[in-house]
Amino acid sequence: MRRFLRPGHDPVRERLKRDLFQFNKTVEHGFPHQPSALGYSPFLRLMAIGTRSGAIKLYGAPGVEFMGLHEENNTVMQIHFIPDQCQLVTLLDDNSLHLWSLKQHGGTSELREEHRFTLKGPPGSPPSATQVTAVLPHSSREVLYLGTESGNIFVVELPSFRVLEDRTITPEAVLQWIPEDNCNRRSCELVEALREHPKNPDQILIGYSRGLIVLWDLQNNKATHHFLGSQQLENLYWQRDGSKFISCHYDGSYSQWPVSSDNRQSEPLENTVPYGPFPCKAISKIYWQTTKNGLPYIIFQGGMPRASYGDRHSISVIHGSQQTAFDFTSRVIDFFIIFSSDPAAEFDDPSALVVLAEEELVVIDLKSAGWPAVHPPYLASLHCSAITCSHHVSNIPLKLWERIISAGSKQNIHYSSMPWPIDGGTNIAPDPPQRDLLLTGHEDGTVRFWDASGVCLHLLYKLSTVRVFLTDADPNDNMNTLGEDEWPPLRKVGTFDPYSDDPRLGIQKIYLCKYSGYLAVAGTAGQVLVMELNDEDAEHVVDHAEADLLQDQEGYRWKGHEKLKTRDGPVRFEAGFQPFVLVQCQPPAVVTSLALHSEWRLVAFGTSHGFGLFDHQQKRLVFVKCTLHPSDQLALEGPLSRVKSLKKSLRQSFRRIRRSRVSSRKRRGGGGNASEVQEANAKFDQDVLQEMELAPVQRKIEARSAEDSFTGFVRTLYFADTFLRDSSRHCPSLWAGTNGGTVYAFCLRVPPAERRMDEPVRAEQAKEIQLMHRAPVVGILVLDGRSTPLPEPLEVAHDLSKSPDMQGSHQLLVVSEEQFKVFTLPKVSSKLKLKLTALEGCRVRKVTVANFGSCKTDDYSENDLAVLTNLGDIQIISLPFLKLQIRYPCIRKEDVSGIASCVFTKYGQGFYLISPSEFERFSLSTKWLVEPRCIVDMPEVTSNNHVHKPGTENAARKS
Amino acid sequence: QFGAEFRRFSLDRYKPGKFEDFYKLILHIHHIANLEVMIGYADVHGDLLPINNDDNFFKAVSSAHPLLRVFIQRQDEVDYSNFGTNTLSRKKKALVTLRNDNLRRRPHINISMPHDFRPVSSIIDVDILPETHRRVRLYRHGCEKPLGFYIRDGTSVRVTPHGLEKVPGIFISRMVPGGLAESTGLLAVNDEVLEVNGIEVAGKTLDQVTDMMIANSHNLIITVKPANQRNNIIRSSRMSGSSGQSTDSTASHHSLPTPHVLQNFHPDEMESDEEADIVIEGGLEPQHIPKLHSLTSSSLSRINGSSLSHRLQRDLVLNNSSGRESNGSIHKLLSSLKTDPRHSLVIPRGGIEEDGTVITL
Repeated sequence: MRRFLRPGHDPVRERLKRDLFQFNKTVEHGFPHQPSALGYSPFLRLMAIGTRSGAIKLYGAPGVEFMGLHEENNTVMQIHFIPDQCQLVTLLDDNSLHLWSLKQHGGTSELREEHRFTLKGPPGSPPSATQVTAVLPHSSREVLYLGTESGNIFVVELPSFRVLEDRTITPEAVLQWIPEDNCNRRSCELVEALREHPKNPDQILIGYSRGLIVLWDLQNNKATHHFLGSQQLENLYWQRDGSKFISCHYDGSYSQWPVSSDNRQSEPLENTVPYGPFPCKAISKIYWQTTKNGLPYIIFQGGMPRASYGDRHSISVIHGSQQTAFDFTSRVIDFFIIFSSDPAAEFDDPSALVVLAEEELVVIDLKSAGWPAVHPPYLASLHCSAITCSHHVSNIPLKLWERIISAGSKQNIHYSSMPWPIDGGTNIAPDPPQRDLLLTGHEDGTVRFWDASGVCLHLLYKLSTVRVFLTDADPNDNMNTLGEDEWPPLRKVGTFDPYSDDPRLGIQKIYLCKYSGYLAVAGTAGQVLVMELNDEDAEHVVDHAEADLLQDQEGYRWKGHEKLKTRDGPVRFEAGFQPFVLVQCQPPAVVTSLALHSEWRLVAFGTSHGFGLFDHQQKRLVFVKCTLHPSDQLALEGPLSRVKSLKKSLRQSFRRIRRSRVSSRKRRGGGGNASEVQEANAKFDQDVLQEMELAPVQRKIEARSAEDSFTGFVRTLYFADTFLRDSSRHCPSLWAGTNGGTVYAFCLRVPPAERRMDEPVRAEQAKEIQLMHRAPVVGILVLDGRSTPLPEPLEVAHDLSKSPDMQGSHQLLVVSEEQFKVFTLPKVSSKLKLKLTALEGCRVRKVTVANFGSCKTDDYSENDLAVLTNLGDIQIISLPFLKLQIRYPCIRKEDVSGIASCVFTKYGQGFYLISPSEFERFSLSTKWLVEPRCIVDMPEVTSNNHVHKPGTENAARKS
Repeated sequence: QFGAEFRRFSLDRYKPGKFEDFYKLILHIHHIANLEVMIGYADVHGDLLPINNDDNFFKAVSSAHPLLRVFIQRQDEVDYSNFGTNTLSRKKKALVTLRNDNLRRRPHINISMPHDFRPVSSIIDVDILPETHRRVRLYRHGCEKPLGFYIRDGTSVRVTPHGLEKVPGIFISRMVPGGLAESTGLLAVNDEVLEVNGIEVAGKTLDQVTDMMIANSHNLIITVKPANQRNNIIRSSRMSGSSGQSTDSTASHHSLPTPHVLQNFHPDEMESDEEADIVIEGGLEPQHIPKLHSLTSSSLSRINGSSLSHRLQRDLVLNNSSGRESNGSIHKLLSSLKTDPRHSLVIPRGGIEEDGTVITL
């Protein structure tokens, strides 16, 4: 009768559901997509990153992170923290300013938008009059100086954003104080930089785009000094004592200017083109950092010789005779230096250089010899090579965890030992309840092991499968071997490398057994590797076998890629997971499913042609089964996807180029140009939209037939010890489900442990089930006599699971894209089903069994199916009665890659890619919730050494 | 043996017993115990109807006056002969009313060649739908033709409490020439799709509706608001007469002056439209004759709506362990199981209709 109860009628169940299920998007892991601005508060020791989609993210000590989103979804152009406050101001590309603040609420800090403001000019003035180009939050925390394209500097009161019109610094007022012979109205167009005097808050340095620099006295409203640069100005930087400042220029030069009370119009002390004499690119930002030993650190972005190195994204550090040009893998968005923030300190004494590049964050330790990079605890570039698949393993045993960490630490010796320098805020989240691993497979043949236990997704260990194969890429090709006399002294930093040498190396499926440490990895060219964890380096031969999945099917020609060539003889492997068996599928099509049974020592793999079972103990192929339909030419001739993906990647790279051009134009060169580009873009978008409306989308209604292509495509493989033949004896079995709705079941005979090496493993086909609706089979599961899913291999042996009930009758759950169907075993007769697609028009994309614990009582938990549909909804479906419990919208249905990338954990959490470089973490469980909980306290401000206090202000003015 | 052989025997008219016993008796009398046969009888109208379960056996016996003429045919010949379900009547150009069909049972599940005639579509639920709507059932099973239509997004006008409102809707955008949808004549371009198998499509996207239709493609029931409202049912003239008939492809090629109405329907037939998964035990090469048997539904009560959930799951089990002799046609079918779904599908036949909203499990 229970089947016929409609959901929602049972109040007890409804209450229980509330205790079990709850949907939250908790944290974004990885590196922000398309970062556009960087800010840092030495006071809070927090870093802020803005993105092109209007997101703003704050990071401090590991675990301390905040996120905000501008409603407008416009590009964040600039981020400025208000000195000594938990506040920051963002400037968007629509010229709006936003004030954000960190407020404590219920024990944790939250980032909230407080005010927004758009500068308005007098009626009739051109938009450029109020286009903000430079922002200076004054140390008094009361006002904001806004430099504009028109050359006006507006003063805006905080936090109300009231314009103080009487304090506006107009170009006319500035020009009064400058001799007319070398300046005119045009000299004061476009304010490029505004810098407050480090010792005297009443003086600000104004840099105009055409090269004029003026030191302005706010108290008396007059220019006390002016400096005439001959080159277009890019940026300004005060030296710590305020006696000199540095300007950097469009031609790749920088100048040092003295500020003395007697000399009103000075010549530069020094004018250098560091990478001259040939024409150089602009230096867009410069730091001059003093040290105790007298030699300053000069750190600047760009300035490379235009012809030969103009395409490099570099930041140069000069310290005495040491000079290095850090060469980044992608465009540099911005950078800052962490130096002594104590105002009483005499020297800057820089400790770290933090660089935000378009695809990664790089931190250089400036204190250690050789300036090594610091391993970031967060903001990992997940996409340093494109992610091709992911696999989550919950609750890792401590022993395996430690071994993986130890293998990883051997890979990270070249990193600096410096503690993470951005350490603001306090992480108050409880320690993660268990150790979780997220494994990502990448296009370049690597597997990365991430600590996914907590808020910071942290790289533990990186495994490369490349060594097993012979590829064109020379492994000795070291980018860092540059001679001593090499000029410019470029040094490659960062790990982002989207260019795969050989797409066949790409990882497609991963399976890790957490109890035995066996890892199976399968790739694009039909390669299946079985690995074992070894704590030492080792050199050994990888056993090699071939699985001909076509068997005796005649007359087919594989037109896809060739199989990978293997290396003969022993191969040296570093400590960590070391392959000992390689099976190559023939034809070498993408491996589409993989299962490993560490207890039986068997690995099963499937492609679009069929599937096979390999005994990795005896290193023998047990059997292969061809699932091909004779008319399925597409599957035979090879992956179209490869052609497609090449096209796609080309298209994407073009798009990327186009986009970066647009954005760079937006960034520079006057508002007229930028708005034109925007207009043109908008117009183009509209045209495209109209075109789409003219040709209506239509969908063909046709039943699935066996002739559809890729029906033989093996979607899922599953090992189970169950009653396949008769109800009295259970036996090991292998189940395979295809795209055409067929399920194959094989009876396996695995010899007992003591004769495991002597007798062969045997397999015999026991059943074949053709689902009439022919939808792809995406999941197979056997439920034991208590309707509990069978435990994982070795789970019972490690006392982590009850042994399955072999007394009661087992049930088979087959999940297709359209239906959930429970069958009895061993006689496969349909027991009940849930027709998802017929009811709701959605299809199953991902399905996993998840354990949900109650937040009220510790002793209640149940297993349910967590399902992600093609509409991006997540549904929880009860076992074994297949009742829909709850549904949450999670991913936009247009976000195909997000849906494809989703992985569920065993305890009701999940991850999906929101961009190539970011995982969104979500939780369906009330019990298991990993989210940032942190507090940012206002550090104590000691009044005696703070410049904005009236007393010190006067003192500074006197000096 | 099957050419002409006549035997007479008697049965208790009022206590005929079970069909199984009758079947055994027949086999025994004719000394053909090792053959699979199909038993039929001639009813009052002279139509050949099958006897294959208790119910129609009982009906046959009770309607016999005074003699029950029983025809016995070999199972494999049945498929090609005129002994179909209701095909015989078609050939005779006789109108088989569904009152009679009501008691006709589907024969043993056959995996068979397509018949010469079979229902491809029907209009159902005329009595409960507004006159402006039409609920069309398309039978896809065993049909050579593709369903053959396309749907698109569009806007439709609805009457709401706030007056007329423009709402998004799903429309038929194109018919494939020669496709099932076109050949029925019941669907047309620009018809608005309102429901798919009882589920409203309002608020669903084009892709969702597409998936729903494909998921139900073996037995697709679409409720449409025809763009052309002139062919609507004039209800008064049709209300009483339940002489509905299913349209076959030839008939529907001509436009439909009066739509065909079906009112009675049989739960078992309803169920027969449920897809049945095929389970093959053991290896792929059937050495022995696979025994075909269907698990027939015990429920005879007319069902509507929610009671459909009582339907039993039925799976066709091909069991090679039963030691029967090899049967050529079935062997052939088995080997073609993997190659052509049209031949491998369990094909339900006969007019089918239903009351109320279908809730499909």
